[in-house]
Amino acid sequence: MLEIKNLHASVEDKKILKGINLEVNAGEVHAIMGPNGSGKSTLASVIAGKEEFDIKKGTISLDGEDLEELAPEERAHKGIFLSFQYPVEIPGVTVTNFIKTAINESRKARGLEDMPANQMLKLIREKSELLEIDRKFLSRSLNEGFSGGEKKRNEIFQLAMMEPKLAILDETDSGLDIDALRIVANGVNKLRGKDNAIIVITHYQRLLDYIVPDYVHVLHDGKIVKSGTKELALELEEKGYDWIKQEATV
Amino acid sequence: MAYTEEELKKELETKEYEYGFYTDIESDTLPKGLNEEIVIAISKKKEEPDWMTQWRLEAFKAWKEMEEPEWANVTYKKPDFQDISYYSAPNKKPKYNSLDEVDPELLDTFKKLGISVDEQKKLAGVAVDIVMDSVSVATTFKKTLAEKGIIFCSISEAIQEHPELVKKYIGTVVPKKDNFYAALNSAVFSDGSFCYIPKGVRCPMELSTYFRINQAGTGQFERTLVIADEGSYVSYLEGCTAPSRDENQLHAAVVELIAMDDAEIKYSTVQNWFPGDKEGKGGVFNFVTKRGLCEKNAKISWTQVETGSAVTWKYPSCVLKGDNSIGEFYSIAVTNNFQQADTGTKMIHLGKNTRSTIISKGISAGQSQNSYRGLVQVNSRAENARNFSQCDSLLMGNLCGAHTFPYIEAKNKTAQIEHEATTSKIGEDQIFYCNQRGIDTEKAIALIVNGFSKEVLNKLPMEFAVEAQKLLEISLEGSVG
Repeated sequence: MLEIKNLHASVEDKKILKGINLEVNAGEVHAIMGPNGSGKSTLASVIAGKEEFDIKKGTISLDGEDLEELAPEERAHKGIFLSFQYPVEIPGVTVTNFIKTAINESRKARGLEDMPANQMLKLIREKSELLEIDRKFLSRSLNEGFSGGEKKRNEIFQLAMMEPKLAILDETDSGLDIDALRIVANGVNKLRGKDNAIIVITHYQRLLDYIVPDYVHVLHDGKIVKSGTKELALELEEKGYDWIKQEATV
Repeated sequence: MAYTEEELKKELETKEYEYGFYTDIESDTLPKGLNEEIVIAISKKKEEPDWMTQWRLEAFKAWKEMEEPEWANVTYKKPDFQDISYYSAPNKKPKYNSLDEVDPELLDTFKKLGISVDEQKKLAGVAVDIVMDSVSVATTFKKTLAEKGIIFCSISEAIQEHPELVKKYIGTVVPKKDNFYAALNSAVFSDGSFCYIPKGVRCPMELSTYFRINQAGTGQFERTLVIADEGSYVSYLEGCTAPSRDENQLHAAVVELIAMDDAEIKYSTVQNWFPGDKEGKGGVFNFVTKRGLCEKNAKISWTQVETGSAVTWKYPSCVLKGDNSIGEFYSIAVTNNFQQADTGTKMIHLGKNTRSTIISKGISAGQSQNSYRGLVQVNSRAENARNFSQCDSLLMGNLCGAHTFPYIEAKNKTAQIEHEATTSKIGEDQIFYCNQRGIDTEKAIALIVNGFSKEVLNKLPMEFAVEAQKLLEISLEGSVG
């Protein structure tokens, strides 16, 4: 589904990604781990199409289609969803209004009519129950005054509403207490299916106890230096990142 | 008026001012220039009684001694007041009883504006007194209103038919010597609207007036007087569109509101005068004096959405004279390209337990300058007066400016005054977030701007809110690359 080949990316001439290779197939969950500053969030932003990053070399394709020339919203229309590490506030725009606009814009891009209001309501009810979201929450301004946990839960709520082909969760576990973590992970797990894929970016192993990955990759200094199965995450938890760094320099 | 997505999209594609067309109707225009003879001629043309003529002449005398104010944060080439024609009326002007008698070309203009009287009649509950250039030519729903004893007509008609009311109240809230533009208006006002709601009557429909400048080089001097008698209620809507012109057009209106004991007036404006083109050429100068007087337990709410004009100078104000009276001001001012707006309000607390609320939202784009200027004044006898002000500015791009000039004068120790101000910029992060959810940049801006303006948009009557939302989007079209 997602194929990344020899990807090099920079921001203001600072090289951040230095040759990433990654293949994610439908039905798979990949975890990307690594120390701070290794390029995890940059990779997520580059896949989503954030303009401040320049792709210097390499390709990213989704279902065989090169993404480089596509605007962020076009990538979203193709089914890429990024759960932000730091979701932005949009004062005066309710959670409901925002998600309604997002869904209908994506439908429009696919040549569909707006989703009928009753269907939308039903979907909202269903997904907010899944994530144990209070109805009052839905009429609040997007992320304004939300706690860290509420922001992340809102991201996963949007994910659930939009049912993307490829979901990238950027540090979704940061700022979550253990109960919220379980709810969020539960929500994500229910969305796993044979037709979609998930990339989980995280610093800690903790989230992976709940969202069990098929593959784990370790990112260091802009490169994937080690790949393995879920056991790799446990090993990292035990030993820390230092041995990876040493291994990489050797 | 309900607009479909498709229509909205189509309009968004048209960046130029959409109402920029001329109407070819014969006009009866006075020669350019201003002197006593012209003032008398205007009064005569309108067949006014002598007291009115004298009133105008006094205003003119005062105006001659006054100077154009320069304190506002705007720069423009001052109009040459001797190079303006002060009166223009559509020519074939009998009083119409039905639409069939109205000049078909005029009806056509209304249709272009999307406010055909035909349509308006069908639209439930809105009576429209359309001011085309300066003289009212069509009034509808008059009968329904008359049954309740409500008077809603042109001010010229009111001077003829209800001289006692006009004579008693005109100039009581905005004195004829109040300021340069108010004095000018008092001398030469051509027409406008008059509304009287009798004691205890709740006006059953939103009253609306559409203004339109139409004669090249003709200043428009509207005069509006709304009187809500004890315990009555009225919601009044005013909407503006203007055809595009190269030379600047002067607009100096005066609006006076009087809310007697326990009365309530809601006055909503959507202003879309021609703002000038992208290079800052042309556009309307809008120098308006709007003020309301609240007696005991009365309430006046001003709500305005200002998207137009090259230069705006406008401060809808409330004089809270009666105890327990309430004044409110909700404003959205959008400036783009080279527009300049200096707008805000004055809340004058005279009575005890008076309360006022000011919510001002300024949106600046292009190379425009947007200023909020507001005065909260608490008189020494105004025990327990309270004010809450909130001024938010939203900037788009790096070339525009937002300014806030709050003035607070409290002469009573019990006064509670709060002022909050924020300035924010539409961030790339916000846009990217929306993009990532499949929302393109243009739509993202509309979403963010609507969210920013929501508190004020919510105060508008439904049909106006839709129009206002559409205007915001059109006004900001293409302002972020």
